Amino acid sequence: MEAIRTTDLTKYYGKSRGITELNLTVKEREFFGFMGPNGAGKSTTIRTLTGLIFPTSGSARIFGKDIRKSRETILENIGYLPSEAVFYPGMKVKDVLKLSAQMRRKNCSKKAEELCERLQLDLSRKVDELSFGNRKKTAIVCALQSSPKLLILDEPTGGLDPLIQREFFDILKEQNRKGATIFLSSHVLSEIQRHCSRAAIIREGRIIACGEVSALSKTNARRVTVHGSVSLKGLDGIRNLTEGEGFVNFLYNGGMDLLLQRLAAGHVTDLAVSEPDLEEIFLHYYEKDGDKI
Amino acid sequence: MTIAAHELRQNKISFFIWTAAIGFLLAVCIFLFPEMKGEMEGMNDMFSSMGSFSAAFGMDQLNFGTLMGFYSVECGNILGLGGAFFASLCAVNILSKEERNKTAEFLLTHPVNRRRILTEKLTAILIQIIAMNLILYVLSAASIAAIGEEIPWKELNLLHLAYCILQMELAGICFGVSAFLRKGSIGAGLGLAAVMYFLNLIANIAEAAEFLKYITPFGYCDSAGIITDGSLDKTMVAIGIVIGIAGIAAAYLKYTKKDIAS
Repeated sequence: MEAIRTTDLTKYYGKSRGITELNLTVKEREFFGFMGPNGAGKSTTIRTLTGLIFPTSGSARIFGKDIRKSRETILENIGYLPSEAVFYPGMKVKDVLKLSAQMRRKNCSKKAEELCERLQLDLSRKVDELSFGNRKKTAIVCALQSSPKLLILDEPTGGLDPLIQREFFDILKEQNRKGATIFLSSHVLSEIQRHCSRAAIIREGRIIACGEVSALSKTNARRVTVHGSVSLKGLDGIRNLTEGEGFVNFLYNGGMDLLLQRLAAGHVTDLAVSEPDLEEIFLHYYEKDGDKI
Repeated sequence: MTIAAHELRQNKISFFIWTAAIGFLLAVCIFLFPEMKGEMEGMNDMFSSMGSFSAAFGMDQLNFGTLMGFYSVECGNILGLGGAFFASLCAVNILSKEERNKTAEFLLTHPVNRRRILTEKLTAILIQIIAMNLILYVLSAASIAAIGEEIPWKELNLLHLAYCILQMELAGICFGVSAFLRKGSIGAGLGLAAVMYFLNLIANIAEAAEFLKYITPFGYCDSAGIITDGSLDKTMVAIGIVIGIAGIAAAYLKYTKKDIAS
């Protein structure tokens, strides 16, 4: 079964575009990445899926159920982590977790304690006194304590230190192995590359690429670093050129034999040719002719 | 009733402060009555010569020398305004604060029907209003007994009932307003209560503006009418209840379809 399926999902805020005819499919048990810059429509998509806003047109189904008709049933199976974790003033962490569990009509105290221990979160602290990172941890425990079938995570690692980030992804992987679907929206592309099996890229409210992370990363372009003196003048397919003292670095998308001829004609002391990382590819998708990569 | 209980916990300090403040002022006024009782003859003459000012507060029709005359004007204003402000603030904040304080994402991404959220929040408002009125009613009766006066149960019951209905009506209207607002709700709530109060003063002063009594809930709290007739004006109360219910209905219609701001 598909965990998420959107069909021509569109949301306009008055005349402003949120998302336009968004078609997206996330399979059950998938670790799915969702990428895009600010204002691309990531949060609008997530807020529509969680029922915070209503679509202008199109439809979305979660575990086969329509988000408009079965909102409560769907939310029973969703753990949502917002990008900005805000709680009611005056409450302690344990009160927030208890309130969240009560609204789910579940007793999650054991799981909550275990998660708090792993994330080093003090249950007795007041949420008003928490740092951004600790508020994030509280939101993580809220989202995970009921062991939901689908986890929707919006920029989950902001404010978390690297050790806690690692622990957090370990927990996510455990949940994923146990059958949970993870929908991870992030700016941190290395997170997506490291943890997600599939990903989608959203630009100006539309999905512009979707597929296996390895396939998205696959490109003919290569990152080339040449130390020495080489003339690259007139060579087609060079992008993002940076020149330093005695070296030149660029993304190359042209014929490899032409590049080798130029290198052979010059004086090369060192040469590195590598695949561009997802970050470079992601940025490329955001350029006007990005789909040529 | 998780959300209703949560709301009551969140608002308990505000509830205790408002109840204590109104209760304290009510008790002080009642305890002042024995001292002022003897001076009331002169004061009655003075009030009757003050024209529309006395009319505005209903002091032209009431005898300040009697406990209920004194209580309904002095205590009525405290209970009327204080209770109206509390009920309005409480209701106008209850939905709008979720978006203003950005807690709506937390609340609305749990598997709770929006209609249920509204019902539980409305229940929390009504519990607070009823609890406050019960406390103030008992406190007033106890204070009257403490100064050695006979408790005029019928008038006291009718006055307190009228103010309780007034607070519920204002809460109903403000609950509706709250569903539409994200910011500025406190001003809207206090403003609405104040406007309603002054509409009643205008209706008391000018005959041409008497129709305003049917708009403002302070109309059916007119103590002179209640004490003279021994009953509440049923038409005004019915209009008030309908307006309150309309406010609540507006909240349900709006909030169940509302896009929640991030």
